[in-house]
Amino acid sequence: MNKRAIKAAFPLTIPVMAGYLVLGMGFGLLLQRNGYSFLWAGLMSLTIYAGSMQYVAVDLLSGGASLISSALMTLMINARHLFYGLSMLEKYRKVKGAKKAYLIHALTDETYSLVCSAQPPEGVDSGAFYFWISFLDQCYWILGSILGGLLGQVIPFDTTGVDFAMTALFVVIFTEQWLTHKNHLPALIGLGVSFICLLLFGPDSFIIPSMVAIALLLTLLRHRTEEEEAA
Amino acid sequence: MDHNTLSSLLTVLVIALVTLLTRLLPFLVFGGRKEPPAIILYLGRVLPCAIMGMLVVYCLRSISPAAAPYGLPELMAVAAAVGLHVWKRSTLLSIAVSTVLYMVLVQAVF
Repeated sequence: MNKRAIKAAFPLTIPVMAGYLVLGMGFGLLLQRNGYSFLWAGLMSLTIYAGSMQYVAVDLLSGGASLISSALMTLMINARHLFYGLSMLEKYRKVKGAKKAYLIHALTDETYSLVCSAQPPEGVDSGAFYFWISFLDQCYWILGSILGGLLGQVIPFDTTGVDFAMTALFVVIFTEQWLTHKNHLPALIGLGVSFICLLLFGPDSFIIPSMVAIALLLTLLRHRTEEEEAA
Repeated sequence: MDHNTLSSLLTVLVIALVTLLTRLLPFLVFGGRKEPPAIILYLGRVLPCAIMGMLVVYCLRSISPAAAPYGLPELMAVAAAVGLHVWKRSTLLSIAVSTVLYMVLVQAVF
């Protein structure tokens, strides 16, 4: 039964494999450059397993951020997961026990987009099918990040500037969201509010005020935003 | 284990636990077929775009526009990432090209 589930799941995960190997390697390389070996990359990809968060975590670790600000940063960046969970309640309802716990832990953006759209073929247990999609995805991510960490140790050329990969990741996701959403108000609020907070509070302490102001402003502007969404 | 290793481990642990919490909470709270409040659903739709904007600012927070090279390498590489992405819509290509461009700019040009 498992064999059929793997057979059905594997082809669906191939696009994620390419992305996770490359982005994972970028993460491992960045982490290694900041003084954390491939073992740290592997540990973080195993336990945290959230792409953009792990890139930010490199910053938090090397900058010696406090546990409180690390927790708040994680909460804001991963708040979107709350909503992935909401839309998976029905699909995962029949899955039980440890398998369900793992499915919830492994619900990244990419895995979410796969399990959201994929249907298990006739006669394949849906729990096993979702498990293999999730598990294979995490394997690619762990493998990529460990490879990146190892590569960082042996790489002979000057890697100054490779940390721009993180900026590029967020700029590209931002652009992609801009292109797919009709309503640009939330994106503009995010950019504008953070920029103003950066000027007011300085680079070391603007994140928390930004988060609070963004959440407040979005809540206050709810009716306007929803009208634009409907338009 | 020195102090730094311990505090790094604690940071990783906290990030892992909070990440798990954000994934687990909906199943704990709404597992019993309750419809989530409209405000939660609304924030779920709009927060991701806003937070991504915040993260872009976060990444560029240390640029000093008053001193050489005036944030020019960042500006050029960001423009390349956006332009390439609008044109080709390939995430990996946009990231790879703009990162290599940035590396060349900071190593060889500025």
